[in-house]
Amino acid sequence: MESSRRSFLKIAGISALGLGAKPVLDVFASTEEHTEALKPETRKGEDVLKAKRWALVIDTRKFESEEDLKPMIEACHKIHNVPKLENKRHEIKWIWTEEFKHTFPTQEHEFLDDRVKHLLFLTLCNHCEKPACVRVCPTKATFKREDGIVLMDFHRCIGCRFCMAACPYGSRSFNFRDPRPFIEERNPKFPTRMKGVVEKCNFCVERLAVGELPACVEASNGALTCGDLDDPKSEVRELLRSNFTIRRKPALGTGPSVFYIV
Amino acid sequence: MPNNKKMYDKGKVVAGLIIFGVLITFPLWYNHLKVAPAPEPKLVGKAAKAGQECIEPKSFMKAEHMLVLDIWRDTVVRSAKRVYVNESGKEFEMSLTNTCLDCHTEKAEFCDKCHNYALVLPYCWDCHIDPKEKM
Repeated sequence: MESSRRSFLKIAGISALGLGAKPVLDVFASTEEHTEALKPETRKGEDVLKAKRWALVIDTRKFESEEDLKPMIEACHKIHNVPKLENKRHEIKWIWTEEFKHTFPTQEHEFLDDRVKHLLFLTLCNHCEKPACVRVCPTKATFKREDGIVLMDFHRCIGCRFCMAACPYGSRSFNFRDPRPFIEERNPKFPTRMKGVVEKCNFCVERLAVGELPACVEASNGALTCGDLDDPKSEVRELLRSNFTIRRKPALGTGPSVFYIV
Repeated sequence: MPNNKKMYDKGKVVAGLIIFGVLITFPLWYNHLKVAPAPEPKLVGKAAKAGQECIEPKSFMKAEHMLVLDIWRDTVVRSAKRVYVNESGKEFEMSLTNTCLDCHTEKAEFCDKCHNYALVLPYCWDCHIDPKEKM
């Protein structure tokens, strides 16, 4: 049989490919087995608080001064190990206060009534219906849960800060420094963050999971109400029905889930 | 082909090769060709108690604990499920600090010993808290 160099190389190449395919297939087969060995059952806790779309109503009529807002901020920052950095450029905040003109910039005018003009408003992540931060996150570290909560997976955050640029409410802070030395009293039940990640309010998902209301709601003496926006009989819907409420920067179309009774 | 078997600078090249060989095997002969023994993770505190069982059998945990933790973090954060049910139907909260460290109280003895030996340095503890560790 006459065999040219060319046809010999062809056959040799195909044979090598065939021989090489087996170990590759074996590897794939073994990884399948590998994951199949671990298919544990996982589920939600029995006490979990559920909603289709979580929302928060803040009754600002019940607040008079900054002192009234402090307990809520402290409660949140304490249980979530939020560091206290004095330098404004390094500041980390999950829930904070803002003047009317900065909370509702499009509603501000020079003849505002005295109460609203000097009142401080509680501001936090709005857990938007159409969150800009989720759209821009390149690693899907920020995502929207089924129950409407916009959550961060700190494991995935690469610290690119696109979300901070996208969020129109300034709800996000970046850890320019290692936050641990600046945590006054750490809560061992909740992790801290590390240098180089973004953080924000998580609507107390760790508390909802065990049947507790968010820390700020609990510390608010009834000024803050949270509940299911999708349930017409819920407490938040009742409040929204009977009071005039406003949201922050509604024209941007993000659909905030935090409502203010002014 | 010209038959050119002459090697230039033979002395320098061979000496250089010998020095290179000695240097690259330095860690071996420095330790007298002995391998440092692998450490055994120590069980202390609650985990050491007789009858106390881990979430899965020891052999499985030894080989797959990293996979378990990886699945735990995704399930808790992204699927909002926090309860783990093992083969025998026992339930556990999926939490590194609150569940694992609750029994394996000494992270230095249980985790760090092997991880340092194998030079596997996961960044769990950059955020998750070891209650015993001072910040």
